[in-house]
Amino acid sequence: MSSPTASRDWHEADWRDAGGIAAAVNAGRARAVDVTAAALERIRQANPALNAFTAVTADRAMARAVAVDAMRAAGQRVGRLAGVPFAVKNLIDIEGISTLAGSRINRDHPPASADGVLVKRLEAAGAICVGALNMGEYAYDFTGENLHDGPSRNPHDLARMTGGSSGGSGSAVAGGLVPLALGSDTNGSIRVPASLCGIFGLKPTFGRLPRTGSFPFVSSLDHLGPFARSVRDLALAYDAMQGPDAGDPACVVRKSEPTLGKLVAGAGGLRIARAGGYFRQGAFPEALQAMDKVSAALSVATEIELPEAARARAAAYVITTTEGAALHLPRLRERPGDFDPDVRDRLIAGAMIPAPFVAQAQKFRRWYRDAVLRLFNDVDVILAPSTPCTAPRIGQKTFVLDGVELPVRPNLGIYTQPISFIGLPVAAVPVPLPGGLPIGVQVIAAPWREDIALRVAYTLEAAGVARAPRPANMFAPTG
Amino acid sequence: MTQAETDLDTYIGATAALLGIQIDPSWLEPIRFHLEVSLRMARLVEAFALPDNAEPAPVFTA
Repeated sequence: MSSPTASRDWHEADWRDAGGIAAAVNAGRARAVDVTAAALERIRQANPALNAFTAVTADRAMARAVAVDAMRAAGQRVGRLAGVPFAVKNLIDIEGISTLAGSRINRDHPPASADGVLVKRLEAAGAICVGALNMGEYAYDFTGENLHDGPSRNPHDLARMTGGSSGGSGSAVAGGLVPLALGSDTNGSIRVPASLCGIFGLKPTFGRLPRTGSFPFVSSLDHLGPFARSVRDLALAYDAMQGPDAGDPACVVRKSEPTLGKLVAGAGGLRIARAGGYFRQGAFPEALQAMDKVSAALSVATEIELPEAARARAAAYVITTTEGAALHLPRLRERPGDFDPDVRDRLIAGAMIPAPFVAQAQKFRRWYRDAVLRLFNDVDVILAPSTPCTAPRIGQKTFVLDGVELPVRPNLGIYTQPISFIGLPVAAVPVPLPGGLPIGVQVIAAPWREDIALRVAYTLEAAGVARAPRPANMFAPTG
Repeated sequence: MTQAETDLDTYIGATAALLGIQIDPSWLEPIRFHLEVSLRMARLVEAFALPDNAEPAPVFTA
């Protein structure tokens, strides 16, 4: 039995970025098999403490690594992510294992017959899938806790939440197990764990990346996207995954718009504003401190208000709970006892919301989209906190926002929901604070301008303001 | 228990029967809590006046 507090010193290879690995493999300075074996060993050592992975695909990964090395030896192109280990939130299909979506019920599903499209695209670029990641049940979660698999743990403090629902993704990347992971974001499930775990995350524009081969939650709000420890790695992964796919009706037919080469353009000339009003209310001092640091680094002097942001969050809440309930209604009828009660009871309540409220929420969504898009006539980027606070303790049920005690689980996403509600692209950047836990800031751009969000994130990283902090120790079993 | 809570419990019972969901009595309180939160959110959205010709966000394309 491994101790959850055991640790070992870091080796430099543990924290290597995806771009560095791929460059070394492409140049013949490293072999994919060695990189992959090292990642699998780190997972073996650290996962008992972090609980980030629910399945490790070691045989598949090593076979793929051998193939990458063989292709390179034969003089073939091996891709811009050659030899980069990555892991996948277990709501995106991995051939040969069941897509659990964090549930007990889906354990009865047969293994996926094919990889999800994004997994295929990363592997087509040379990356190597090493396993499936823990997550909140059916993605209806902001904590990273899971009744069936146990909570994913925050590498900066094992007693604290990773955030969710892509909790395993946050833990695996922040803990140095993999440099790259995939997650999903319906209301904040990439940006919340990126914030609490202190890593970068990209929630692209709604409809940009195909969700084909993933288990849905709220089809009108679901996005997929990458996590990484650098902006460059985010851009590398994002560029490799772009492009339409007919299997996802929400995915637009739009040519790939690479971002990696644009990062160095920086933030010069961009009009950047800070979101005030709703996005100041309820913020803990650390969230405001992170916003102050980022705003100062970008010389932001303008504060703007997103109109009706609280109502937008409410409308996202209503659409989420009702669409989610509709998706799960057969399971609520047949296997209610197999749900996490926290998820089940919310879904049952969602099934009972009268339909006119849902129709109104969808009409309001269009009004709000038009109102917010008008703001982009005057600004290119809006900054907002990712979460109201740093990572709460695992098991913590409530916190106080603006003097009101509220449940943690639905309210960690108060600042992310009004943004994903209208599908805006967001680069979530981690801001380490002196002596404390990291916390994230959302760099929000107009639809289809992921390049601008990533340019600003890259500028903040280059200035040392945004950075994925290395946990004090690499977690390892005591034997 | 307030009259509003009693009314909501009656609604939950009737709707659960309509939907074919069996509710254990111990689930009633958390379901009522979540329903109250969701209805509060829904009413906040409903209170925002929109014109009759307001289009919903999703648009079907034939």
